[in-house]
Order: sequence, then structure tokens, then C-alpha cells
Amino acid sequence: MYLKLAWRNIWRNKRRSIITIVSITFAVLLACTMRSMQLGSYERMIENSARFFTGYIQVHQNGFWDDRMVDNSMSEDAELIQLIEQTEGVEVAVPRVESFALASYGMKTKGAMVLGIDPEKEDQLTLVKSKMIEGEYLKPDDKAVLVAEGLAEYLKVGIGDSLVLISQGYHGANSAGIYPIKGIMKFNGPIQNDQTVYIPLAESQWFYAMEGRLTSIALVIDKAKHVDRIVTSISNEVDTAQLEVMGWEELMPEIVQGIEVDDVSGRIMLWILYAVIGFGMFGTFLMMTAERMYEFGVMVSIGMRKWAMQVVIILEMGIMSAFGVIAGILISLPALIYFYNNPVFFGGEMGQTIESFGYEAAYFFSVDAVIFYNQAWAIFIMATILGFYPIYVIRKLKPVSAMREA
Amino acid sequence: MSVILAKNLTKIYQETAVPVKALNNLSLEVTEGEFTAVVGPSGCGKTTLLNVLGGLDSPTEGTVELAGTDITQMKESKLIDFRLRNIGFVFQAYNLIPVLTTLENIEFIMLLQKVDKATRNKRSLELMREMGIEDKASKRPSQLSGGQQQRVAVARALASKPKFILADEPTANLDSVSTANLLDIMAKLNREEKATFVFSTHDQRVIDKARRVVTLEDGAIVSDEIRQ
Ligand SMILES: Nc1ncnc2c1ncn2[C@@H]1O[C@H](COP(=O)(O)OP(=O)(O)OP(=O)(O)O)[C@@H](O)[C@H]1O
Ligand SMILES: [Mg+2]
Repeated sequence: MYLKLAWRNIWRNKRRSIITIVSITFAVLLACTMRSMQLGSYERMIENSARFFTGYIQVHQNGFWDDRMVDNSMSEDAELIQLIEQTEGVEVAVPRVESFALASYGMKTKGAMVLGIDPEKEDQLTLVKSKMIEGEYLKPDDKAVLVAEGLAEYLKVGIGDSLVLISQGYHGANSAGIYPIKGIMKFNGPIQNDQTVYIPLAESQWFYAMEGRLTSIALVIDKAKHVDRIVTSISNEVDTAQLEVMGWEELMPEIVQGIEVDDVSGRIMLWILYAVIGFGMFGTFLMMTAERMYEFGVMVSIGMRKWAMQVVIILEMGIMSAFGVIAGILISLPALIYFYNNPVFFGGEMGQTIESFGYEAAYFFSVDAVIFYNQAWAIFIMATILGFYPIYVIRKLKPVSAMREA
Repeated sequence: MSVILAKNLTKIYQETAVPVKALNNLSLEVTEGEFTAVVGPSGCGKTTLLNVLGGLDSPTEGTVELAGTDITQMKESKLIDFRLRNIGFVFQAYNLIPVLTTLENIEFIMLLQKVDKATRNKRSLELMREMGIEDKASKRPSQLSGGQQQRVAVARALASKPKFILADEPTANLDSVSTANLLDIMAKLNREEKATFVFSTHDQRVIDKARRVVTLEDGAIVSDEIRQ
């Protein structure tokens, strides 16, 4: 019966109730979209950097991450790699030699990140094969390189051209080499696209004069959310006096920090949005209470307990809020799932401008469940707080004065 | 047996600039089966008296005993329950819950009392027939005339067989035909169901139908007349 009363009361003032529900719907829709884009861009950032670059987890020599020189490398230990690969949740351990070199061709020279890779394993981590736009992929014993598109463009090199690499190797050795370009790759992240050179692991070890050594082992894991657990279990197995095991948050503190700062601004926007909606909801609930004082007076007079009246009005508020939230989620969910699968890319000049700032020229969306139930919670909590008003009014209600004043 | 026993009631409204003494040391006893009118000029304290007798308002002094229970010191939630089980109310207007139909309004109190559905239905139908509103069962109050609304209100008050019914100017908003009609129904229910009615009015035609007339002036009873 309470439900019936509540339901009919909602439709007593159809227009007002619909406006209230629709405004909640819009708020949820807007909030979900905002959050989806924000979290989507974070996920993308993390993916570009962690999933497709550093790995969600890396194992390396203590101190390597602070000072990324080949001098801080570790020995290439098949047992260690096997041990890591046997850890639950780890799919592949990808060995790497990672350092900087000058890449030059003709009159042009540019700093490049020269990565020694195990071609097959690396592909499982960074999906390099799918990034090939020209030429052929590396084989383990090739003495050739792959160059990222942005870098190739800058140096004006193409397939078959010979790239000169100059750097400093292990313990100060001079390193220099000349390598034919076997393929061109295109990365989404502009920074990666402007400075990456891939070379087979063995060749890189020769180049940097560090045979039998690696700078790092990057891990492909089953789920991003297992990072902490896997880090802990590997740390328990290896000699942590020598090696460190880092999750992506530790690997990329700048990104984590950037996300945190950006996230605060996003949350402030949300609060403002909710404050606006909250006032709207309060207005409706206020009127729903005020205009029914006489009726409430009659109801207590004839013997309806106050808690029952409070239940009815809370149900009314709850139903309206729930409708708004559900409608908001039902509308935003399919749209966001669509955009999640089909990110919005900017073409043309605008895209180029954005890329020149070091960002990817696209909107990415997230469909993390958190986005949706956070909005549901926010509205629910607001409705709960606002619900204290009618509860208080009914609690204080005196039938005689309620009926006199109305 | 007395259903209402009020002793030395005084009610002073303090909230106003000059305190108003709306009831002045008033005592009244109402026994089962009465059909009593409380009359008097405007402002004499009729509404105040009925509110105090119904436990809607508390007296400044004096006690009210209803069906043998002193309600003067009762806690609010207990008092609400007491009203639910013992007293029927009819107000001057807007008695009904706007979102409920005639039938649902009549059943409302029985529903609060957790009377089972079959009994509820039987009783409601019986009352609607007696009131001549059976064809309005599924209408909302806004679709009924003032007189029909008041009949529904009387039916609701009576449905759960309370000890007595308090009606503050139940006909004040009705035309003379509806007034006569409502009074006839009340009188009939009083005869047939032995329902005890205490109602206030200043309509002479209503006063004429009463079997006991209590006249107030300045919050005190100036005459109490029983007639046949
Ligand atoms: N809540 C209140 N605050 C202050 N004074 C009140 C209040 N209620 C009633 N009064 C005063 O108490 C006196 C009695 O009022 P009451 O409403 O009981 O009279 P009544 O006989 O019902 O009048 P009417 O015939 O106009 O309905 C009046 O002087 C009225 O102004
Ligand atoms: Mg009055």
C-alpha cells in the first residue's frame, strides 16, 4: 500500500516529477560521459605507456629505473625468466635492452630510444607487428632495425636506408653501428612515435657491449588489476637486494601524478553538477512536502503512524531518483560502450595541433562499472540527505496546526 | 456506558499576543449511542473541544478519558494508534486522500488496522450501498461532489466500527440538500449500527436533527439539552 501511495503521489504532479526525473537523468548522463572520457583518457595513457611500452610490471637491477644506463643492467638469467613466467598471472617475461642513442642519417641526427628486443616476445607485449606500416618485422638474428614513423620522417629515411647509431655502451665503451632499416612502425603515442628504434636483442647486446646482460624484463600479465599481487609474489621469490620489481604506478609516477591532478578537476566539476541537481531535487521534495501538510494532518489524525508517512515520502523520493539514475545509465551505457569500441579520432589540422602538444588526437571512453555506480551512489546519497527534510517535517507535525495552517 | 469523559478541561492558546482561553473548565460525558451536536457562535470553542476530545490537541488543564482510557498523558505514537483503533474523524473538508479512490479511502483505516481483505471489501461495499455511492467506488475524490466526499469520509470513519465519531462541522461546505442527506445517513447509521456521533455545527437544520444539543459560549457549556 505504501508503494501504491508513493507511486500515485509521484504522478500527482506529472510535470514536476518528470522534470525532476529528467534532470537527474541528464545529470547522470553528463556525469557518466564526463567520467567515461576522463577515465578513458587515463586508461589510454596507462595502456600506451604500460601495456604497450614499459609493461605493467618490470623487473630490473636495483637503481636502473632512477638512472637508466646500461651500467645499471642485470645479467640475462634464464632461470630468473623461467621463475617469473611461472608466477601466477604472468603470461610472458619479455627481456629488453633499453638505452638512448643518437640516430643519424645524412645531415640529420636525433636522439632515439634504442630498444633491444626479443622479436616474438616483444610482440606479445607491445603488439609491434600490428604497428608495422611498411617493410618486414625483425627476426632474432637480424642485423637490422625498425624505426618509428615520426623518427623516420624526421630523418627522411625509408626501407633499406642505413641508419647510424652512436651511443655509450657498458662501462663506458664506445658504441657505434650502422644498420639497414627493415621496417617502419606507427605508434599511437606521439612521443614513442618520434623516438623509437627496435633492434634484435642479441644485436643490441653487441652494440652496447653488454653480452649476457639485460636492462629489464617487462611482463605481460593477465589482468591489469593483478599488478600488486604479482609484484608481491615475484618480490618474494627474487633477491631484492639486487633486483627490483615495479608495478606501473611506480614505473610511471609522472603519469600517476598527472592523472591525480586531472582527476581532482574532474571531481570538482562533478560536485558542481551535483550541487545544481541537488538544489533542483530539494526544490521538488520541498514542495512535495509543503503542499501536503493538510493531508498529512488528516492522515495522522485518523491514525496513520508517522513512520509510515515517512516511508511513503521517502519511497516517492527514492523512486524518482532511481528512475532518473536508471534512465541516465540506460541511455549512457550503450552510447559509451559504442564510443569505447570506436574512439573518436580527430583528423586534419586539429588532430595535428593536438599531436604537436604530445597528446593523442582522439577521445577515448571508459566503460568501467565504477563510473556508473558512482553516479548512482552520488544521487542516492543526495536523495538520502535531502530525505531528512520531510522526515523531520513529519516528525514535528502536529495534526491541528498542520490542518489549520494549510 | 460512557465513551467520552472529559473533566475540567481548560485550553489556553499561548502563542497569540493575548492568550486565548478557548475552553474554560469544561466537563462533558458522552455515552454510547448518542447523536450529539455541539453548537454555539463562531469562536466559542467547538473545534477546540472536538480536537481535545479526539486527542489531536492536549488540554492546558483537565483530563480526557476515552472508552475508559485516560489519553491526557499518552505518548504521541500511542495516541496515534489509539485514534486508529477507537475514534472516527470527519473534518469540514478535504478529508480524503486525493490519490486514493472512494473504495480505497473507505478501506484505508481498516488497512492500517490490518483487517483482512475479504472483511474490508464486504464492509466497504455495505457502507457504500448505505451511502448511495456504490457507483463511485473507483472515482478519485476530485471527481466527487462535496456531499459525496463527505459521505465517503463518514463511511471511512465508520468502517472500522470506532467507539465514537467526531465530526467538526461536517456540513459546513455543503448545500442544503447534501446537508440533509448527510445528516439522514448519519442518523440512520446511529440507529442501525449504534454508532456514536459527536458533531459540531451552527446550521439550525442540523441542530434540529440532533438528539442531544450541547451549547457552548466562551469555552464553557451554557446548556445541555436531551430531546426525543
Ligand atoms: N491555534 C490557535 N491559536 C490561537 N488561538 C486559537 C487557536 N485555535 C483557536 N483559537 C481561538 O480559540 C477560540 C476558539 O476557537 P475554535 O476554533 O475552537 O472556535 P469554533 O467554535 O470552532 O469557531 P468556528 O465556529 O468559527 O469554527 C477562538 O477565539 C479562536 O480564535
Ligand atoms: Mg470550528
